[in-house]
Amino acid sequence: MNNYNYPDSNGKFGQYGGKFVPETLISALNELESIYLKLKIDPLFIADYEQLQKEYNGRPTPLTYAERITEHYSGAKIYLKREDLCHTGAHKLNNAIGQILIAKKLGKKRIIAETGAGQHGVATATVCAKFGLECVVYMGETDIERQKPNVFRMQLLGAEVRPVSSGSKTLKDATNEAIRDWVSNVEDTHYIIGSVVGPHPYPMIVRDFQSIIGIETREQIFLAENKLPNHIVACVGGGSNAIGMFYPFIEDENVSLIGVEAAGFGVNSGKHCATLTLGEPGIFQGMNTYILQDENGQISEVHSISAGLDYPGVGPEHALLKDMERVKYFSITDEEALKGVHLLTRLEGILPALESAHAVAYLEKFIRTTSKDEIVVVNISGRGDKDLSTIIDNLD
Amino acid sequence: MSYISEYIDQLNKKNRKALSIFLTAGFPEKNNFIDFTKNVLDAGADMIELGIPFSDPLADGPVIQTSSKIALDNGVNLKDVFAFSEAIIAYSNKPIILMGYANPIRKYGIKNFFNDAINSGVKGLIVPDVPLEEYDSFFSNSELQKNLKQKHKLKLDVILLTTPTSSDERIQEIDTKSDGFVYCVSVVGTTGIKNNFSIRTQNNLRRTYSLLKKNKMMIGFGISKPEDVINFSPYCDGVIVGSRIIKSLLDGDKPEDTLKIISGLSAACESSYTY
Repeated sequence: MNNYNYPDSNGKFGQYGGKFVPETLISALNELESIYLKLKIDPLFIADYEQLQKEYNGRPTPLTYAERITEHYSGAKIYLKREDLCHTGAHKLNNAIGQILIAKKLGKKRIIAETGAGQHGVATATVCAKFGLECVVYMGETDIERQKPNVFRMQLLGAEVRPVSSGSKTLKDATNEAIRDWVSNVEDTHYIIGSVVGPHPYPMIVRDFQSIIGIETREQIFLAENKLPNHIVACVGGGSNAIGMFYPFIEDENVSLIGVEAAGFGVNSGKHCATLTLGEPGIFQGMNTYILQDENGQISEVHSISAGLDYPGVGPEHALLKDMERVKYFSITDEEALKGVHLLTRLEGILPALESAHAVAYLEKFIRTTSKDEIVVVNISGRGDKDLSTIIDNLD
Repeated sequence: MSYISEYIDQLNKKNRKALSIFLTAGFPEKNNFIDFTKNVLDAGADMIELGIPFSDPLADGPVIQTSSKIALDNGVNLKDVFAFSEAIIAYSNKPIILMGYANPIRKYGIKNFFNDAINSGVKGLIVPDVPLEEYDSFFSNSELQKNLKQKHKLKLDVILLTTPTSSDERIQEIDTKSDGFVYCVSVVGTTGIKNNFSIRTQNNLRRTYSLLKKNKMMIGFGISKPEDVINFSPYCDGVIVGSRIIKSLLDGDKPEDTLKIISGLSAACESSYTY
């Protein structure tokens, strides 16, 4: 796995990715790509980005040895990458910081974003408050209901939260509305996409900004163990925390990379978001990637207890990594994810987001096949305060 | 020359701008859709842009989104769209153009889609989420690509769109690649009725129209009134009206009132040469 170098100059990850968008957006996407390619090697831009990550976001986030979970399973040593300790409570701010700096360079006055769990919306509202830009966040009505605290946080931060009532009223529909807003206001507005999805160059830009997770993890695990981990586990909805964690390890063939999707009520229930497990390639929201669709090519209405994973598509780079078999993808049900919440909370005193709890819950499925001299890193992409009402409602 | 561009040319030679009416296939009802479309043609539409319903229509505003949702609830799929097309074409020689998002077409199979579209007599195709950049990859891997290059074999025109954000160079490239006509999107935005157009819209139409060398130009998005047709007629060869008609249907207007809107637009297409 040497010379992994994607996307190509056409914005493709193998056959995936691309720019399947209305013509109106092409000039903005091209402008975004060309300014980003300049900025990413501009020492001043990099310095601004790193300073904000350190002094505002609180990076580097710790890599915590999970002693009691390790004892509980008596398999591999388990470490947790603590993105839950980022400012605003999830990895989403890593990307929002980078993109707000780009928006400033582009001279845009207005920022729009979509959000599912509300974490990306909060991160975007946060950087807009800090940089004094107008902020509109699209959020499905179902998600507004189940992630109330984050709605209040966005409003407190001065953002306008626009409810989306079309389709399944979740992340997919919020993204459609954000894209339509961008089509209508592209000249003064920057769209901060929250995951490694959408048209090129977004999957690349978001990945690059999130890669700080994996870069830090590499250094931290070397310091702690003087070797690379054997396994890395991360949850996958659109897939930004997972790509951020995996990307710096892709060429390390001995590190097994595991993406965990949401199986909702079960992969046979018809109510799940296991896109890479059960989907097939298609074109959706600007990209060619794995999607969940019906026999007529209509996008499926999907389900997960976790609003952040409740999405019928996935980042195109994950589609490529699946086909290459470099990352293995599995899925975890709502019920299993809730058990993951309890496990991490009771044994380590860490309340994970329902999204991250899917990665935690996957330990149950494979950790007994590992030995004590192996190392597993689990990405805790966010904290679970936002999910308290859902978790309480689902207490047995 | 393509069937569509020849057809528009014939109209223009008779001092008429072409009037294309957008209808969502199988909306508001699946059963009488064919009869309704025949009435639309009789009311003065020169061509029909038939929308293939999709669950996630990114380029569309609320009106067409709603019609698309209703059509899907009516159980409309691509087989139905081809059947509608065939029946409508049997009634009239006016061209039918399909407008559909990439995914349902891809799922159907590009080659199957082209075969079935051509066999049902469809003359053109608009895929709003396949811009220039994706044209080759989307339409590749089949005999189609070869056929597309050998124009004499091509019976289905792939029509590309320009927008106010397209650069001059891009518009020229789009003109080169597009067949049938170039679809000039009047505004920066999604589909929907626009009450007022800015001077910028007119400047852009003038710019785009003057850049085209190969194709006829049809203007769409926002157009709803005879005045719009008259105002834009110096800078186009025809107009496309969608949301105004769909809205009338959604509002539950009497059929004759919906058809009256079309005959009003048609009259404007006729008289616009005299302005």
